[in-house]
Amino acid sequence: MSSSKRSTIIVEQLRKQQMIEALSRGKRLDGRNFESYRDLEIEIGIIDKANGSAKVKLGNTEVLAGVKVETGEPFEGLENKGALIMSAEVLPTASSHVEPGPPDEEAIELSRVVDRGVRESKMLDLDKLALIPGKIVYTIFVDCSIINSDGNLLDATSYAVVAALLTCKLPIFVVENDRVIDTGSIMPPPITTIPVSVTAVRIGDSVLLDPTMEEEACMDARITITTQSEGDLVALQKGYTGPFSVNQILRSVEIARNKGEEIRSRIKGLNGTG
Amino acid sequence: MLIDENGKRSDNRGIDDLRQIKITVGVVKNADGSAFIEFGKNKIIVAVYGPREVHPKHMALPDRCVLRCRYHMSPFSTDTRKNPAPSRREVEISKVIRESLEPSLILSDYPRAVIDVFVEVLQADGGSRCAGINAASVALADAGINMRDLVSACAAGRLGDNIVLDINDQEDKEGDADMPVAYLSNADQITLLQLDGRLSPTQFSECLNKAIHGCKLVYEIQKEALMKKYFGDEVELKEEV
Repeated sequence: MSSSKRSTIIVEQLRKQQMIEALSRGKRLDGRNFESYRDLEIEIGIIDKANGSAKVKLGNTEVLAGVKVETGEPFEGLENKGALIMSAEVLPTASSHVEPGPPDEEAIELSRVVDRGVRESKMLDLDKLALIPGKIVYTIFVDCSIINSDGNLLDATSYAVVAALLTCKLPIFVVENDRVIDTGSIMPPPITTIPVSVTAVRIGDSVLLDPTMEEEACMDARITITTQSEGDLVALQKGYTGPFSVNQILRSVEIARNKGEEIRSRIKGLNGTG
Repeated sequence: MLIDENGKRSDNRGIDDLRQIKITVGVVKNADGSAFIEFGKNKIIVAVYGPREVHPKHMALPDRCVLRCRYHMSPFSTDTRKNPAPSRREVEISKVIRESLEPSLILSDYPRAVIDVFVEVLQADGGSRCAGINAASVALADAGINMRDLVSACAAGRLGDNIVLDINDQEDKEGDADMPVAYLSNADQITLLQLDGRLSPTQFSECLNKAIHGCKLVYEIQKEALMKKYFGDEVELKEEV
């Protein structure tokens, strides 16, 4: 059951006052302005056994995504499409507040919001991933491990997933006498667009991008906006317990489109093709 | 085709029409507050218990009330039987419903207590999270919980080039975008916003405006439902005079 709780991260009252005071001057405690991201590093192909992988560092937040490709039955109602299955786990390595166990509601929301961005943007053309429509299709698993957690897991995980999918190599399967055979050859995945999420949080009247864990502990509300290559919106998720005004949302959407384009060009560069 | 040449949708509505909405207040006798909503073919019952003592005790907060929410679909509520165990989808929806209700409540009035909101979907027809929020807010008011405003929810979406109000089940599956919104009418604030599907920036603002308009329509129905339970006879008397 979903329950309101105190943030597990306790921010000292003095520190919170400092933060709010800095925000009123247009600055953040780590010196960034409201619309800047922390340093973003994306490294690909670091897990040889995976069909694709990426490690993203966003400040101190560190996320690893791995793609594994198999074949299987299609989903009900999506008989002619490949299957895409995503998961995310916040590892106990990530911070002293994490305990091992089944994913809590925040981890479930995390993987569902990242999944929504990839799925709704139609980043992967799943129509091209059916081997025998209705019977055997590609099943693409993207699993994410949060190795270190310092805020904005949503964006870091989203970039890791997109980078891993973009640069993965699919094995070429053929079906002979109802048996699936791996030909040993590989092909690039059918990519149509690159979804990029941008997350903003509201603390009082200030709206900041790429929050740290400390800022998340003080936030009133959060919004994640995912855009695709042409700048259209493909997924939204408002989170946390406070509201947003209509103007704050419209402005965040504008910022997310610009910022998204900036980050998209970084991700595009990974493929070497631009 | 989801919209025919006369601009009618699969269930014969126009692009700006809500489905039929009926809210009945006080339907679960044991609960402190409850409501039953029929929103198109959605049938959802919501019961509120609390403020009451928190179990387990360590969950209690010293300065405010804990709000708990469970969104659950009955196994017979969907076309193919739904496994009664909570799915990942239900976990996420429980979370967004709770977060959409929380800004409306004055939880600091009930420190160390808990308010439980149980949303049970008896029949699902697309837009069940919005319908659930509408009933839950009315049930919280029925329970006498101190609140700033009612939360009203409604989705808008895109079918081809048309931005339409209140997406039904078929439109959700075959349409191009679905955007549920929850809204505080007096504060003009948004407490739930999700989007599945593609919208250009202009389509997005049109969709947002349309959804907010839908929320305002729902707000009137919520108020009426509460008036009917608490002032039912008096309202009618006044009209006679």
